[in-house]
Amino acid sequence: MPMEETRKMSGAEAVLRCLELEGVKVAFGIPGGAIIKFYDELYKRRSFKHILVRHEQSAAHAADGYARVSGEVGVCIATSGPGSTNLVTGIATAYMDSVPLVAIVGQVATSFMGRDSFQETDIVGITLPIVKHSFKVRNFDDIYRAVRGAFYLARTGRPGPVLIELPSDVQRQEGVLKEEEISFRGYSPDGFPDLKMLLDVVKFISMAERPVILAGGGVIISKASEELIALAEKIKAPVATSLMGKGAFPEEHDLSLGMAGMHGTMAANKALCEADLIVAIGVRFSDRSIGKPVDFATSAKVIHIDYDHAEIGKNVRAHAYLAGDAKKVLREVINALGGINLSSRDNWLKKISDWKKELNLSVEYSGPVRPKHVIGALWEITKGDAIVTTEVGQNQMWAALYYKVNKPRQFITSGGLGTMGYGLPAAMGVCLANGLEKPVINVAGDGSFMMSVHELDTCARYGLPVKVFLLNNRSLGMVRQWQELFFDKRYSETIYSREPDYEALAKSLGAEGWTVSDASQVRGAIERALEIPGPVVVNFIIPQEEKVLPMMVPGGSLKDILTEEDLERR
Amino acid sequence: MRQVISVWTEDHPGVLCRVAGLIFRRGYNVESLSVGRVNGAGISRFTIVFEGDREVAKQIVAQLRKLIEVIAVEDLTNGAFVERGLSLIKVEAKAGSRPEVLQLADVFRAHVVDIGEEGVIVEVTGDSEKINACINAFKPYGLKELACSGSVAMKRVGFNGG
Repeated sequence: MPMEETRKMSGAEAVLRCLELEGVKVAFGIPGGAIIKFYDELYKRRSFKHILVRHEQSAAHAADGYARVSGEVGVCIATSGPGSTNLVTGIATAYMDSVPLVAIVGQVATSFMGRDSFQETDIVGITLPIVKHSFKVRNFDDIYRAVRGAFYLARTGRPGPVLIELPSDVQRQEGVLKEEEISFRGYSPDGFPDLKMLLDVVKFISMAERPVILAGGGVIISKASEELIALAEKIKAPVATSLMGKGAFPEEHDLSLGMAGMHGTMAANKALCEADLIVAIGVRFSDRSIGKPVDFATSAKVIHIDYDHAEIGKNVRAHAYLAGDAKKVLREVINALGGINLSSRDNWLKKISDWKKELNLSVEYSGPVRPKHVIGALWEITKGDAIVTTEVGQNQMWAALYYKVNKPRQFITSGGLGTMGYGLPAAMGVCLANGLEKPVINVAGDGSFMMSVHELDTCARYGLPVKVFLLNNRSLGMVRQWQELFFDKRYSETIYSREPDYEALAKSLGAEGWTVSDASQVRGAIERALEIPGPVVVNFIIPQEEKVLPMMVPGGSLKDILTEEDLERR
Repeated sequence: MRQVISVWTEDHPGVLCRVAGLIFRRGYNVESLSVGRVNGAGISRFTIVFEGDREVAKQIVAQLRKLIEVIAVEDLTNGAFVERGLSLIKVEAKAGSRPEVLQLADVFRAHVVDIGEEGVIVEVTGDSEKINACINAFKPYGLKELACSGSVAMKRVGFNGG
């Protein structure tokens, strides 16, 4: 897009011009002293829709949710000092899950730097380990490269958060914005994939008798779901996903095993344990997905396909690897396989379909509300078509286990960092990406919900149809579960001695809210919540001792799984 | 095992923080890290020496390559390379012991770069083994002060067919 003008403008206006050139439609933030000039120019230019949140952490999470659903760069804005440090958890969340995010933060004027001035903090230093890159703007002439470069870096290659620090005097400095080519000497994201081991990959696949594909978030980032389905069907391999990979492969597909890992399905974990070949695509083999690395897949060959060379061999040794964008690489693999002769899969697929039968979802809708009721009904009512965000802990794992996802970018969760309080603000970002007509579901627990509850007010102010389905067990349920199972029921600081009046709380923040304690009312409550416009909180009272099962024993391997039957036998 | 790598980066403020931060936060034990401008074209070159096995080294190299301002990384450990450091050693050398100290400096092909009432400053270059030997040799005379650079290293040129 050509630049429209050569007149002098302020640094703040120049930043906004760059954001317009990037096509930014929405940003989330809170103004403050060191970013006031930027907001003043925004008032005049109205460059994009700005969502004024109640806490900067939510701005980062909302921008992150927006990015995960739209695939575009999410933008959050904060002032210097506490404004910027409040972004830190959100930036770290985006970094761990490879989410394209640009964080614009104010900074004290350059002449006040290094003097411990009011609201001064070294935010570039603080965020160094959790950003893909950062820019310290020091002059008007740095602005174009910093802002355009930040977007370029955030969205290309392995995406990630990029921070821009904008001192207040540079926002006021006048200059003429000049276009320049944006490139970085040591960075070339569009390179050809590394296919040196393609022949080994073909050989391993053709020799395999019990192959399993393990797909992760990388498949979603590369928009490679179609290719993944094609590969799975071609080599007749069942597909497990990581938590981040949920939706990369349709979970209602015959070959789907569901999620693997600590709270994965028995089918997925058993298949990974018994496989003789694991084709891992866009996964980083996190401990929550595979347990102890040394005990993982001891009898299988591992093929690792990832964009990021540094992931190859980081946690699990790969017998063969291909590095590059999953979409491109999978196409090459499929081509190279040609009319491959496969060994018989009958026994393997039969075994797998038996394991899959063990995941029994059918429950009677009577008695106390159980998580299965809520997520099960939610899935039936939305036909698996809604976008779901989760908080972190039991609620997240119940949602992951019971809500089958068939398409990418529909299950939005903080996987790597495990950030409680993520789901509600992320759902706001999803609303902005998704249009304000379609309801967005936030599966929550009471512990997480209370960490970001103030954002209901933001939902109300902007009419965001966020539906919070609160699985309320009056406790920090996942930690309580560990204490019950592994710490002799010493419930150290996990049970709340009182609870808020959630209906009144929702009401005062501009949302509707009511309580459901009988399973027979679950369906009706969900249907009603989805029909009402605007934010809703449905407070489902669930038993405190409700656990997420199956469960891999912490520190164990995928073989060390506790099931409901195991606990009944205890 | 001792690992030696070279890293070329853009010569920007803050690059040192990014490179050092990446290595330290992943818990690798760095023996030395040195950096200086090279080639005049806005490029810095780091030499990093650390303890770790080959897998650790490969991981560090891969992680360093991901830094936006890193232009190239060369893992020197496996091949033949030249490694040098420089130390300044302030040794007690009063009139009586001075000739001996100066002789010893000669043995290590070290230069005397300063001389005064109480002692001398000796400049010695070499790999870490030679420098350590030199420092140990001066110890009996009384070490007053030491300043050591990190290592700088470079792949050997080599001969065709050799």
